Amino acid sequence: MSSTPLVFFLIFVAITLVITYWAARRSSGASAYFAANRRITAWQNGVAVAGDYMSAASFLGIAGMIAFQGYDGFMYSVGFLVAYLAVLLIVAEPLRNIGKYTMADVLAFRLNPRPVRAMASLSTLTVSTFYMIAQMVGAGVLVSTLLKGSGITYAEAVGGVGALMIVYVVFGGMLATTWVQIIKAILLMIGTFLLSVMVLAHFHFDLGEFFKAVGHVSFREKTGLMVTKDFLQPGLRYKPPWGALDLMSLGLALVFGTAGLPHILVRFYTVPDAKTARISVVWAMVLIGVFYIMTTCLGFGAATIVGPDFIKLNGGNNMSAPLLAKALGGDIFFAFISAIAFATILAVVAGLTISASTSFAHDIYTNVIHHGRERKAGEEVTVARLTAFVVGAISIALAIALGPAANVAFLVGLAFAVAASANLPVIVLSLFWKRFTTTGAVMGLGVGLLASLALIIISPSIMTIDKEGVAASARHLIQHTPYFPLENPGIVSIPLGFLAAFLGSLITREPKAEARFPELQVRANTGLGAEKAGVA
Amino acid sequence: MVSPEPGDPTPIVAAPTDIAPAGSLTPKPAHERTADEEAGAVDWDRIAALPEFKDLLHRKKRFIVPATIFFLLYYFALPALVGYARPFMQTRVGPVNLAYLFALSQFFMAWIIAALYVRAANIFDRDAKSILDDEEKG
Repeated sequence: MSSTPLVFFLIFVAITLVITYWAARRSSGASAYFAANRRITAWQNGVAVAGDYMSAASFLGIAGMIAFQGYDGFMYSVGFLVAYLAVLLIVAEPLRNIGKYTMADVLAFRLNPRPVRAMASLSTLTVSTFYMIAQMVGAGVLVSTLLKGSGITYAEAVGGVGALMIVYVVFGGMLATTWVQIIKAILLMIGTFLLSVMVLAHFHFDLGEFFKAVGHVSFREKTGLMVTKDFLQPGLRYKPPWGALDLMSLGLALVFGTAGLPHILVRFYTVPDAKTARISVVWAMVLIGVFYIMTTCLGFGAATIVGPDFIKLNGGNNMSAPLLAKALGGDIFFAFISAIAFATILAVVAGLTISASTSFAHDIYTNVIHHGRERKAGEEVTVARLTAFVVGAISIALAIALGPAANVAFLVGLAFAVAASANLPVIVLSLFWKRFTTTGAVMGLGVGLLASLALIIISPSIMTIDKEGVAASARHLIQHTPYFPLENPGIVSIPLGFLAAFLGSLITREPKAEARFPELQVRANTGLGAEKAGVA
Repeated sequence: MVSPEPGDPTPIVAAPTDIAPAGSLTPKPAHERTADEEAGAVDWDRIAALPEFKDLLHRKKRFIVPATIFFLLYYFALPALVGYARPFMQTRVGPVNLAYLFALSQFFMAWIIAALYVRAANIFDRDAKSILDDEEKG
C-alpha cells in the first residue's frame, strides 16, 4: 500500500510538468513571466488565489487543530475567510490599477522608490522564506510518516519537492504556477468534499448525531488520565488568563495579514483589470469559505471517528485528515488524500518562490541597484529565474538542516504577523493618506518587521520551559519563561507598525509625494493608465 | 496638402494617405500610444478636481468605510464574546451552541458583504467609465 500515494502524486507531477512545458513555450518577456501576460480570467485567478491560500498548514494543520482542540481550532477557519473582506474592499483593486509586478510598486508610486522598495522587498523575502520553510518541513514530515517502507527518505522528499518547484517557476513562470495552483485547488476541494460527505454518512447524515458525538470526545490527558470533553466548547486551546487576548491578537494578524501577504497580492497583477481582480476575490471567497466550513467535518470527524489518542500514536495532529481518510475510505482513499496534501505543499511553495523572486528581481535588482533601468532587454526575467533557483536551493538546504523533527508551526503565524504589522499599514497609508512620506514607509516597514520578529522570539511559541519527558520534536527553541505572554504578537505589533508609519510621516514633509496624490486617486479609482493585458 | 487652420504660416505638408502623418493632427488612439507618450497626456489633477470624480470618491467612501467598520466589529465580537463571555456563548441551541452558530454566521456575513460590494462596485465602474469617456471627448 505504501507506494499508492506515490502513484497518485506522480500522476499530478506528470500533468503539471506538461503544463509547465506548455507555459514555457508561450511565455516570453517580463509581463508574461511575472504576470502571465495579465490574461488570467476571474474564475481562474479566484481558484488560484484559493490554491495559494489553502496551504498544508490549512489542510493538515487546521484539521489537526480542530481534532485536538475543537472549537478553538475553528477560530482560525473563520479568520481565514473574513480576512478576504479586507482584500476585497481595500487592497485588490487599487493594487491592480497602480502597480506592475509587486507590492512595492504601490509604495514607490508616490514615495522615493529606492528606500521603500528595499524595505518592502526585505519584508516580502522574510515573509516568503518563513512560510516556505514551514511548508518544506511539512512536506518532509508527511513523507516520513506516509511513505514509510517505500524507501524514500526525508532529505529525498524535501529535495524532490524543491526541485519540482524550481522547474515550475524557472521554466513556466507565473502562467505555469497559476495552473499548478488551479489544479491543486480543484483536487483539494474534491478531496475535502468527499471526506466531509463520508464523515456525515458515518453519522447517517444526522447533524444531531454528529454534534452529539462532538460533545463527548474522550482522550488521554498528558497526566495519563482519561477525560471526556465537549469539543464544541471554546477554551480547549486558549485558556485564561491570556487566552481571550491571544484570540483577539490571532484574529488581528489573520485579518490584516492576508491583505499583506506578497504571494496573494501578486496574483492580482495576473488579471486584465481591476474589475476582474474584484470578481476573482469573490470566487476565492466562495471556495475558501466552503473549504473552511468543511474543515469542521474533517476536524470534528477525526476527533470523533479516529480519536485524538490514535492520531497521536500515528504521526501526530498533522496526520488527522489523512488518518480520517484511511478510517473511512480505506487505503486507496488514504493514498488519494495524501497525494493531495503533497500537491498542496508543492503548489504553495511554487507560489511563494515566484513572489519572492519577482520581488528580488523587480524591486532590489532593477529598481534599487540599477535605478529602474534594465541594462539589457529581458535582464529582469533572467535575474528572477536565477533568484528562483537560489531561493529554492536555500529552502531545500534549510529544511534538510532543520530536519523532520523541527517544531515550525509558529513560522506560518510569524509570516502572517509580519505581513500584518509591516506590509499592510504602509499599503493602506500610501493609498489613502496624502501626507504619507518615505520616512513613514521605511519606519512602518522596519518597526513592523522588527516588532513582530522580536515579540515572537520572546513569546511562548519559542520561549517555554518544557516539562521532563517532552519529545525532542516538541521542545521549544529557548528554554526560559516567556517574556511576552501571547502566542500571537499582532495586537501589539500591528499598532506599532501603524504608529511608526504615522509618526515617521509627521516628522517629515514630502511635497512631491503629496503632489502625486490626486494622480494616485484617479488611477486607483478609474483604472486610467493601468498596466494592460498583453496579446495572446 | 493639408492646412489645419486658415492662415497658418507653417502648414503641415503630407499626403492624407500617409500612415503616420508628419506632425499628427489628431491624437493617436489610446492603444497606439507608448507609455512615454501617455506620460504627459493626462491632466490628473484636473480629473481629480472634477465634481463627478469627487462625487464618485465620496460615494465609494460611503460604502467602503461603514462596510469595513461593520465587518471588523462583527468579526472581533467573536473572539471577544468567546473569550470574555464564555458561559453565555456555551448556551445550547439545538444540537450545537451559540459559539458555533456565531462562528458559522461569520461565513455568511463575509459572503453577503462581498455580494453587496460587487453590486455597488458595478455602479462605481459605470460612473468611472463615464468620467473617462467625457475626458476622451474633451
